[in-house]
Amino acid sequence: MSPIVLWVGGLMLAAAALLIVVRIERGPSMLDRTIGLDMLVSVVVAALALWSGATGRTDLVNVLVVLTLVGFVGSVTLARFVAVEPEDEGRILTPEEVRAHDDRMRAAIAKESKRRVGGREDAMRRAYPEDEDPR
Amino acid sequence: MSPLEWLASVCFILGCSLNLIAAIGALRFPDLLARMHAATKPQVLGLILTMAGLAASLGSSQLTWKLLIVVLFQFMTAPVSAHMVGRSGYRTGKVRDEDLVVDELTEDLRRVQQADTQPPTS
Amino acid sequence: MAERVRFWNRWPMVLWLAGVWVLLWGDVTVANVLAGLVLGCLLVMAMPMPKAGFEGRPWLPGIVNLVVRFLGDVVMASVQIAKKALSPGRPPRGAVIRVQLRSQSDLFLTVTAQLCSLVPGSIVVEAHRLAGLLYIHVFDVSDSGGIDGAREHSLEIEKRVLYAFATDAAIEAAGLPPRKRLLRRRRSTEVTS
Repeated sequence: MSPIVLWVGGLMLAAAALLIVVRIERGPSMLDRTIGLDMLVSVVVAALALWSGATGRTDLVNVLVVLTLVGFVGSVTLARFVAVEPEDEGRILTPEEVRAHDDRMRAAIAKESKRRVGGREDAMRRAYPEDEDPR
Repeated sequence: MSPLEWLASVCFILGCSLNLIAAIGALRFPDLLARMHAATKPQVLGLILTMAGLAASLGSSQLTWKLLIVVLFQFMTAPVSAHMVGRSGYRTGKVRDEDLVVDELTEDLRRVQQADTQPPTS
Repeated sequence: MAERVRFWNRWPMVLWLAGVWVLLWGDVTVANVLAGLVLGCLLVMAMPMPKAGFEGRPWLPGIVNLVVRFLGDVVMASVQIAKKALSPGRPPRGAVIRVQLRSQSDLFLTVTAQLCSLVPGSIVVEAHRLAGLLYIHVFDVSDSGGIDGAREHSLEIEKRVLYAFATDAAIEAAGLPPRKRLLRRRRSTEVTS
């Protein structure tokens, strides 16, 4: 196989992977990211096939078998355990928000442990009532 | 280049471009289910094409059988994950009604709920 | 819980596992076939599965028709979605449609749902086993020939599945013409056309 095919195909796959990573970062929900990861698996499968065809490495075929067989497990698991998540939950937080989050948590734990010893879990539950399973 | 090599090259390029187009689709499409439709494309046709290209470029019958099994495995597993993701997306309200022309599942679910809450009048 | 099948009646599963084993090793030798059979027996004994209830008659012309038309559908639908992904403007609106399948069998429901999901442009969102209902999300309603067209298409896939694998009685129960008449009609149209 000519190196032109390897280069053209490889560049297309790299661009595809980049776009998928952008989609995974944007979300907005966990399921969108799951789809992105599924697509990333199929890009990896195509890349392995391309590499195997270009170099004649036949051992990579076994990797393809395993990837296509178990690639779905992750997304099924995620889809099974995705509960009703709040609209804002799927976003990646900015550094300020992360700091505010940490401060809120630390304050809640400090307040609670002053009141009684060993109340860490209760404090978290009181600080984040929405974290409880809505079912 | 031999005809077999030409075939392999064409299959590889087509399969890779399907992956790229699907990625563009996944980035552009506005809602969850449309993105899922974009994702199934490289998983099915793209995989068939790249595996055909690999079989043509490796050119051994032993490996061709193995590649056939790869396609078979993908055909058995891809719908499972697609169905699970689509179902839980629907159940957790990720599918907006205004994006749909008709939504017969929500209609039916509402009807079942009404039948459950109202006791039969007869 | 469905009833368990006795060990000796599960030889198709053993054969399938042995076949996969041989394909994975890549060449048919006595050692491979024997190892595959032994492994298959061990797996079937270790992990008994509930009965799926396959009652059918595989029919070669039907299977060829199913596979060829399926591949054609996949190519057509992939091209359509690729066009939609690349063309500017707002992507089309989809729909969730209810499809009442004709057969009562779980197995044919599963196969139909799998094939519908594999074709790009339609995903099975929900399935009702007892009622034989599939809820399918269609990507582009206008491309699939309207809501009725999309429903017809899913029923067409089920028809092909039935002609490929179902018994004659099941085909008749689903309200479809029997296979023999199908063949005869096709041959006569080929002669006249």
